[in-house]
Amino acid sequence: MIYDRIILRLGEITVKGRNRGRFEKRLLEQVVEALKSFPRAKATATYGRIYVELNGEAYEPIRDRLKDVFGLSSFSPAKRADSELESIRDAALAIMRSYPDVPRTFKVTVKRAWKQFPHTSHEMNHLVGAHVLRATPNLKVDVHRPDVELHVDIQPEGTYLYCEAVPGAGGFPYGTNGKAILLLSGGIDSPVAGWMAMRKGLELEAVHFHSYPFTSEQAKDKVVELARRLAYYGGGSLKLHLVPFTDIQTALVRFNKEHLLITLMRRAMLRIAERIADRRKAGAIVTGDSLGQVASQTLGSMNVIGRTTSLPLLRPLVMMDKLEIIRMAERIGTYETSILPYEDCCTLFQPKSPSTNPNLNVVERIESSMPELDGMIAAAVDGTETIAVEYGSGGKVGDLEESWF
Amino acid sequence: MLYFDHCASTPPHKEVIRTLAEVMEHHYANPSSLHKPGAEANKLIERAREQAAALFGVKAEEWIFTSGGTESNNLAIKGAARQYRSRGNHLVTTGIEHASVYEAFRQLEREGFRVTYVPAGPGGHVSPERIREACTDDTILVSVMHVNNEVGAVQPIAEIGRWLRSRPKTLFHVDGVQSVGKLPVSLKEWGIDLFSISAHKLQGPKGVGLLYVREDVRLDPLFSGGQHERGLRAGTQNVPAIVAAAKALRLAIESQPLRLERMTRLRERLVRQLQAIPELVVNGDASSGEMAPHIVHFSYPGMKPEVIVHMLEQNGVVVSTKSACSSKDDRPSRVLLAMGLPHDRAASGVRISFGDEHTEQDIDKLAAIIRTTVDTLKPLERKGGGQA
Repeated sequence: MIYDRIILRLGEITVKGRNRGRFEKRLLEQVVEALKSFPRAKATATYGRIYVELNGEAYEPIRDRLKDVFGLSSFSPAKRADSELESIRDAALAIMRSYPDVPRTFKVTVKRAWKQFPHTSHEMNHLVGAHVLRATPNLKVDVHRPDVELHVDIQPEGTYLYCEAVPGAGGFPYGTNGKAILLLSGGIDSPVAGWMAMRKGLELEAVHFHSYPFTSEQAKDKVVELARRLAYYGGGSLKLHLVPFTDIQTALVRFNKEHLLITLMRRAMLRIAERIADRRKAGAIVTGDSLGQVASQTLGSMNVIGRTTSLPLLRPLVMMDKLEIIRMAERIGTYETSILPYEDCCTLFQPKSPSTNPNLNVVERIESSMPELDGMIAAAVDGTETIAVEYGSGGKVGDLEESWF
Repeated sequence: MLYFDHCASTPPHKEVIRTLAEVMEHHYANPSSLHKPGAEANKLIERAREQAAALFGVKAEEWIFTSGGTESNNLAIKGAARQYRSRGNHLVTTGIEHASVYEAFRQLEREGFRVTYVPAGPGGHVSPERIREACTDDTILVSVMHVNNEVGAVQPIAEIGRWLRSRPKTLFHVDGVQSVGKLPVSLKEWGIDLFSISAHKLQGPKGVGLLYVREDVRLDPLFSGGQHERGLRAGTQNVPAIVAAAKALRLAIESQPLRLERMTRLRERLVRQLQAIPELVVNGDASSGEMAPHIVHFSYPGMKPEVIVHMLEQNGVVVSTKSACSSKDDRPSRVLLAMGLPHDRAASGVRISFGDEHTEQDIDKLAAIIRTTVDTLKPLERKGGGQA
């Protein structure tokens, strides 16, 4: 590997004026967290940039890890040289020779941030370019459409040479835009919604409703697994609130308004989620709703269900097609888990013909005829089990089990 | 007793024994069952799989658990050949493979496949050139062992694998039973599609092995039954053995670099002392390629190897003739013949293989015992042919 470090460029946060310092600090923390399994790699921040020194760690796995850190617009594997002509020329030649198939055309782009450097950028273009050309006879300069563009960035502490820019995940550093509650069902959509919210800098805590014994232990494991994947994107840890929903669900089923069952269930879920959001000081609820996908996600249903809460309801997927969502789920690594065939509490007791346009008055009347509902909601909130899901660990395991591996 | 037969089987690690017993006691439910104890047992298997994946830098789904090295080799070879028969009818392997590879190919020959057995050079190494020459447009599988289990020659897997990369329709199987834990293994870098491991060769329990099946590779399963192990290997998984195997694998691989260094020194020490005994020829040649650090193989031309093994055992040293899986067969070693060794050398091979518990003193003691054994046996030598 010819490169010895990676230059990381910050994304949208550069527009953030006074908050910039906080954002940069948070991003550095996220990068350090992401590099935890590469102990020799060392990240340091300078104005507007982060440098990762590889110190012998392989570049490719670190590249793959950094692609998933929010708040990075792009990054480049780079080689450092002393800010002195000979050293820069040697490094430039070494890089151009490191290509397994020597490129045919190239161009040099010099940026001289350190104005005390004796040669101007223009002179440096020639001094470096000519040196490379002399040593690699088959190579030509093409300033318009080069196979390789060699960047030379001259800074006071050293000069950085790089060719490629790998696109980063973009967005804001995790947790710089407040906190929200994610309704995590176990399906394909909600983890994708969570990922999009996290990319926008929202810190998430996930809420999952289970109806044991109607849903299985595996259904819960599946959600823990999804939360674990999201934790990977969110600094390594994610709180998961597991809400016992059996009593509410069976009470609503017994009420025998089959076509409104899903509407009533979703409203109860939102009430519970809102109370958990209050307790956890979260300012929004994120759902995987996508317009028209199922009966509970028609505009009419969204209206009747959404009125339950006064918190902003964020629906990142609302205008996306199912196939786009599936492709994203595959890319972020949640799809395989999401399609495991365990029933969740929404597929259970699914009515044959759920209402696509529930009537708000009817729904409210049913709810007011169930005086026990409030108590059940409070009980569900109180009975909620909260676990911290860690990325990279097998979750909650006993010491005994740990010692077997 | 000095146990110098690690290639046949290793003393299980104390931690492996504890794991085996504890998992057996706590997790007896069927890992395919729907209930919680079943789900917990299944979780242990999946964790074992993830551990194997992390140790090799591959995906968890790419490992399947089998009953051992023999099954891994059979499943890889027969499974791949039968699955991809429509692509071609030709298979390539070497003449120095373990019986579980060699006999699997013999069976495929009876099923109508054409098999080329590439011989090794006198030093025990197969040349990548010869493998290349053996491949035709019809070749769907190449199988080469990483470390030969008799003489310990390390085969040029990286080179063969790199070349095979240019032939996406030819799968590459590597029998890694004798190499894991002793040498570094890079499945991805070496372009390996199928890789066999046996747990009891690395201080794990018997009856459990692993097979790496690169994603996108399909195999025709050997067993009919349930959809266990991605449908590739029907049969209720051996949960305690699988967990214990994952532990053994971790212990073996984490200490591999240190072991390699330490054993290389022990091997050199032993080889030096054996070379000083004029009656013996050390087999396997470090000048034609790398040698595994834990195996020393020598011939005593003119002497039946069983006699040496029994004499050494009387003196408190346990070694073996050829592979344990073939050791009751008293013909000359097929492997040594495939290296082009003369009959008397091929019929008089003795294998010494050591492990972590051995010290330089043990090696010196072993060499001294071999020395006196040879002195005792010398009057019984049968020169000229050595056919017993």
